Amino acid sequence: MDARTESESTPTSSRTSVERKSEREIIVRRTFDGPARLVFDAWTEPELLKRWWVPKSMGMTFLACEADVRVGGKYRFEFLHPSAAKPMAFFGKYLEVVPHSRLVWTNEESNDGAVTTVTFEEKNGKTLLVVHEVYPSKEALDANGGMENAMPETFSQLDELLVDLRSRE
Amino acid sequence: MVQYTSASFDASFAAISDATRRGVLEQLGRADASISDLAEKFNMTLTGMKKHIAVLEQVGLVATEKFGRVRTCRLGVRRLEDEAAWIERYRQIWDARFDELDRVVEELKRQEKTNGRKNRK
Repeated sequence: MDARTESESTPTSSRTSVERKSEREIIVRRTFDGPARLVFDAWTEPELLKRWWVPKSMGMTFLACEADVRVGGKYRFEFLHPSAAKPMAFFGKYLEVVPHSRLVWTNEESNDGAVTTVTFEEKNGKTLLVVHEVYPSKEALDANGGMENAMPETFSQLDELLVDLRSRE
Repeated sequence: MVQYTSASFDASFAAISDATRRGVLEQLGRADASISDLAEKFNMTLTGMKKHIAVLEQVGLVATEKFGRVRTCRLGVRRLEDEAAWIERYRQIWDARFDELDRVVEELKRQEKTNGRKNRK
């Protein structure tokens, strides 16, 4: 992605925008009101990551959050959903770590896992965050997008809600 | 899960940008029909109608099935809204996550102000 594309991304009514860039790629953007180093810390310090990665609305408990944020270092996140018998684990390793600017990691919990690139672009004290996920195939993105495989109950509820909301429009 | 992609989203729009194809969808919304029925109805050669059906079938808006020598067309399972719903669901997940991240960033900023950057950790 080049800088031009970033700045041209159109703001939507919500602060989070999602673009399906290609059959295998999806891009999420949001601007945070803080310098890149703080936003980066929130992505790389397990104690901080734990506080936001699983939003409260998902109703899940973060059991373990380990992140050895350096090139080749591993991470492992474990959550428990009340309706699931066993915790779910997400793991992989960091491929690139550029402090306050760029993180790349693999998602190895399945063969269909994406390679995730996160960039932090600071401007006037705010940080444009871009999450870029590249899946091995179109089917993998269709199936894994939004982690719905991992959290079927939650997302089917969300589905229903969305259908309700859309029918009201 | 049926496959939804923005590339095929575009293809779906391209598929319905044609008046004949929109007419075919409208027609199939009322009743299933064979390709020759449709060709006749739209005053078109069988080959011409086959091409239109192929475009609609490719994006999932029409499904066809062959019974003996007759290929019957019906509306496909895919609806355009599904594409938007897929993206919206994905967006909501990240939006919820980022709302929490906002709070963490706010707090880090406050801490920095109080303690100075070097003392945070």
